[in-house]
Amino acid sequence: MESLEQIKVRIEAAMSGANIEIVQNASPSQQHSLKIDNEHAFDVAKWLHDDPALRLDFCSNVTGVDWLDRTLKKTVKVKKVVDGEEKEVTETIEEKIPGYLEAVYHLYSMTHKHGPVIIRMRTADRIQDAGLPSLTPIWRSAEFQEREIFDLYGVRFDGHPDLRRILMWDEFEDHPMRKDYGEPDDYEYEPTPHDDVLEKAKGHYASRPVEEELKPS
Amino acid sequence: MSEGIDEELRSKLQQQGVWVTSMQELYNWGRKNSIWPLQFGLACCAIEMIATAASRYDIARFGGEVFRPSPRQADLMIVAGTVTKKMAPQIVRLYNQMADPKYVIAMGACAISGGPFKQGYNVLKGIDRYIPVDVYIPGCPPRPEALLHAFMELQRKIDEQKLGGADKAAHLDPDQPSEFPVPAFGKHDLEPSANPDVFHPPKLERV
Repeated sequence: MESLEQIKVRIEAAMSGANIEIVQNASPSQQHSLKIDNEHAFDVAKWLHDDPALRLDFCSNVTGVDWLDRTLKKTVKVKKVVDGEEKEVTETIEEKIPGYLEAVYHLYSMTHKHGPVIIRMRTADRIQDAGLPSLTPIWRSAEFQEREIFDLYGVRFDGHPDLRRILMWDEFEDHPMRKDYGEPDDYEYEPTPHDDVLEKAKGHYASRPVEEELKPS
Repeated sequence: MSEGIDEELRSKLQQQGVWVTSMQELYNWGRKNSIWPLQFGLACCAIEMIATAASRYDIARFGGEVFRPSPRQADLMIVAGTVTKKMAPQIVRLYNQMADPKYVIAMGACAISGGPFKQGYNVLKGIDRYIPVDVYIPGCPPRPEALLHAFMELQRKIDEQKLGGADKAAHLDPDQPSEFPVPAFGKHDLEPSANPDVFHPPKLERV
């Protein structure tokens, strides 16, 4: 199979205006991925599916990722004039990256027996019902998994044939896999609490009368 | 043992071929040897429950082999496995649909407290938050022997139930509830998150 760089070049040649970015994966798996822009996502996905050399006809996995707001610290060498002399000074620059939600698709080809090619799409922000184009019309196997992302992360997939919650009940309003999800407080009875559970269980401890606390135990 | 009968006399009569019993003893003897469980399983504990019903462990030895697919015909609910919050209302509804007298065995860590999934947002922290439980069996999952032990404990419990008097069995007391409110799906959790009439967690004293 061709490399991601080659695929990127071919996509950009086939579709003018498509903004493809290679997202590096520094882990030992070295599974780099293609970030495709939301506007052209559907056409790019269709192209990946139909291109005779790639024929990525099987979408094995779709998952969501939640990225909170974060600050990246970079050390940059900057040339500065200090006391009339030009010197190289290292400065730390803080770059603020606003949070977003991500949908990741793992694509394989049954025809050519190659893969995976990993594509990602990112929402603009982390608001309720942040939108992404649905790829279910191209890969039917994405239907339930996009519903799962909708349920657990709160990403709205435009063009999905049947976008409903799949795991939690319909009346549920939260998105449990988001990193800022606060679970309901049902820690009334924790006989052996520790760590996070201990903190939550403390809220349910009966407060003892003051005079009892003064007594030596 | 039946009250009001001298044990020695009873034993002598039995030697002569006369069997003396009481209504209560006969009634409980019949009930405890034909406990029909409700046929449903929720997770891996259900596999152990199936093994208990199959020939090797053979729950039929205790009169419990008739797994009923309808709650109307069942005496015993074996809550075998993780109860998710999405499933909990259906469990309570099934319990309400069972005819009195009815009993509940909470099988395994999940049914007792949520078990290894206790801190999950989707798992009910014990079925005893909504319905009364008669026998708890720990284990993950409990072995078939443990389920049989729970079954025998339940038989003992049934044997001790009284037909009359102040401490009569709950199903004979019209003041005792036989149905419990079904929790509703709320915006963030089940509503209510526990039934305060049923769920009485021990107050923990901490220093």
